[in-house]
Amino acid sequence: MNRFIGTLGWLALAVLGAFAFGVIALQHGESIGAIWIVVATVCIYAIAYRFYSLFIASRVLRLDATRMTPAYKFNDGLDYVPTNKHVLFGHHFAAIAGAGPLVGPILAAQMGYMPGMLWLLAGVVFAGAVQDFTVLFISTRRDGRSLGDLIKSELGQVPGTIALFGTFFIMLILLAVLALIVVKALAESPWGTFTVAATIPIALFMGVYARHIRPGAIGEVSLIGFILLMLSIVTGQYVQEMPALAGWFTLTGEQLTWLLIGYGFIASVLPVWLLLAPRDYLSTFLKIGTIAGLAIGVIFVSPELKMPAFTQFTDGSGPVWSGNLFPFLFITIACGAVSGFHSLISSGTTPKMIRNETDARFIGYGAMLMESFVAIMALVAASTIEPGVYFAMNSPGAIIGTTAESATQAISQWGFHVTPEMITQTAKDVGEHTVISRTGGAPTLAVGMAQILSDAIGGKAMMAFWYHFAILFEALFILTAVDAGTRAGRFMLQDLLGAFVPAMKRTDSLGASLIATAICVAGWGYFLYQGVVDPLGGINTLWPLFGISNQMLAGIALILCTAVLFKMKRDRFAWVTIVPAVWVMVCTLTAAWQKIFDANPRIGFLAHADKYRNAIAEGQVLAPAKSIGQMQQVIFNDYVNASLAALFMLVLISMLVFGARTVMQARAAREPSARETPFELLPVEASLRP
Amino acid sequence: MSVKTGTGRTVGIFGLTNIATGARRVCQSLRLMVGVPEYSTYVAHMRDKHPHLPVMSYQQFFRERQEARYGGKVSRCC
Repeated sequence: MNRFIGTLGWLALAVLGAFAFGVIALQHGESIGAIWIVVATVCIYAIAYRFYSLFIASRVLRLDATRMTPAYKFNDGLDYVPTNKHVLFGHHFAAIAGAGPLVGPILAAQMGYMPGMLWLLAGVVFAGAVQDFTVLFISTRRDGRSLGDLIKSELGQVPGTIALFGTFFIMLILLAVLALIVVKALAESPWGTFTVAATIPIALFMGVYARHIRPGAIGEVSLIGFILLMLSIVTGQYVQEMPALAGWFTLTGEQLTWLLIGYGFIASVLPVWLLLAPRDYLSTFLKIGTIAGLAIGVIFVSPELKMPAFTQFTDGSGPVWSGNLFPFLFITIACGAVSGFHSLISSGTTPKMIRNETDARFIGYGAMLMESFVAIMALVAASTIEPGVYFAMNSPGAIIGTTAESATQAISQWGFHVTPEMITQTAKDVGEHTVISRTGGAPTLAVGMAQILSDAIGGKAMMAFWYHFAILFEALFILTAVDAGTRAGRFMLQDLLGAFVPAMKRTDSLGASLIATAICVAGWGYFLYQGVVDPLGGINTLWPLFGISNQMLAGIALILCTAVLFKMKRDRFAWVTIVPAVWVMVCTLTAAWQKIFDANPRIGFLAHADKYRNAIAEGQVLAPAKSIGQMQQVIFNDYVNASLAALFMLVLISMLVFGARTVMQARAAREPSARETPFELLPVEASLRP
Repeated sequence: MSVKTGTGRTVGIFGLTNIATGARRVCQSLRLMVGVPEYSTYVAHMRDKHPHLPVMSYQQFFRERQEARYGGKVSRCC
């Protein structure tokens, strides 16, 4: 009887999901409420979790509830702690969810909400969640070791080093693109710049408080920090209204770039308790709170989606980023659908705390579904903005000009209704001088969030507050990532360089640390600067590079998963990781190839370099360059970017070769050859506890 | 609000025990998000398994965890 009710329940859910999709598909040009998107996606997630993840858990990976886990084997109460699965879910989700799932879908909205939504759903169910789950499983069965170690032991020493090398470049590109988002959001915005700058003294105060005044009182110090943050948003408005003060905080993109580079260097050599840790508390808790708030807002307000399901830009002529739907949609939305970076988290702290192997399904697959939902909400937030305003905010100045009139003219020609008043009114509502060409996704998300949240609390009067709250929330966790990422990159670099110069390996040496930090900061700073001065907005260049590198890592992780499945003699089920691996590799390699060789200078780096070279030959100077020297710099940047895309292709292809070799060896072997930690029984009390 | 039954099991009244457990887990999860696992678990572990070893105070424990979280590992995603 219970079984019957259960089946009936799932059937009802499937019907509800299908109905919601029907409503979305049959809209006939009418705008629909966001609640239908929420219902449709949640039904898909529930069905995928109930059936597909169960299939993977019981048939493909065969999770074993009686098997020893690293948490029990190495239990030390610190790194290795058997942890309740709901507690660990929160930890894992907070570690994987960042700016990525919020920005990608916003950029993808230029093609309409439908392509992004379909890829987010299909991608997470068949690729992203599968990757996170499988890597978590593989690491848990191998004492919780890291991705690099796993590749070394399962595929070989050389592919392990190649993967580490690739990861370092992902870090650089990731940090550059994150920093670029902050620069784009804060440029010429005294209110935003003031509130973000205020987080530094607030964090320093919190650091001293949690170290010396009330040691370890995380909750208390975070609450104090939160109140100070809210005060800084309120104060920011007064700063903006006082010309003398506003001048101090009105900075150009280039000024902000240099400040960020300096900040990144200093912050990553300061002791962690002083700045990084307290900033981490604020950004983590604010992130979780804001995501929850946004979810509640989207569900209760159910804002109307004004963006059409498809726009004409599916043909690749869009102003926000260039390139066709295939392959570029699939690298523009990485986080939320499938993100290679997660394989580092799934082989990081989480496997060391899993109490029972069977929890890997809930934590690995489940947390990724949740991240996908965050991405869906970002897509919803972007789609609730008037399309005309969306394009005014996200198109580079080189295409729509810098005034409301020129933007209106350009965007009206694309067939979207917009007036100069709409654009200036939006800027006025959110308390900014202008919203034109505020690319990078953060300001768009902030406008969308401000509309949804002000509908729920405070009305129009609170819109400027919510806008700056959203900007602060994004800038805060991006700056934490810049700081922590520079630190992590420095250690990676010291490790890599240590192979050639042994003195560089010493992490306690001040000289070696400073040199490695400087190289890291210079690395991402270079890409950041070239992005900031790019007339096409920088996002056009850097976001695809980031997407390609992130999906390259996903390809590497899925190749590892496939090799392990063959080594476990689960050949029959290997399609579970082969299908997403092939798709991710096809998208990544095609996108990288087009970024290098496409004849359109808006897409191909080499074509862009040729355009500038021809101009030099004719003695012309093309914007943004103001001299022949700067023209040569642009050409040089193009070659750097093309080389980087080629490097990512090479890394992925070599990993494919190593993976294929491993699979063939595994198939030739009679016995399973996976290098798991030998079976041990989990302590009885561990399997009994709820 | 809860009562202990004869067998030592705790039974909730009006589900309040569940709410308390849930709230405790939310707090544990929030702390773990910033890299600090449950201190009482650590103390219990040291008492059970290593009674001869010194146990860190909460302050020492907190500092040790802080250094471990930011010691160059990749602890967060994009």
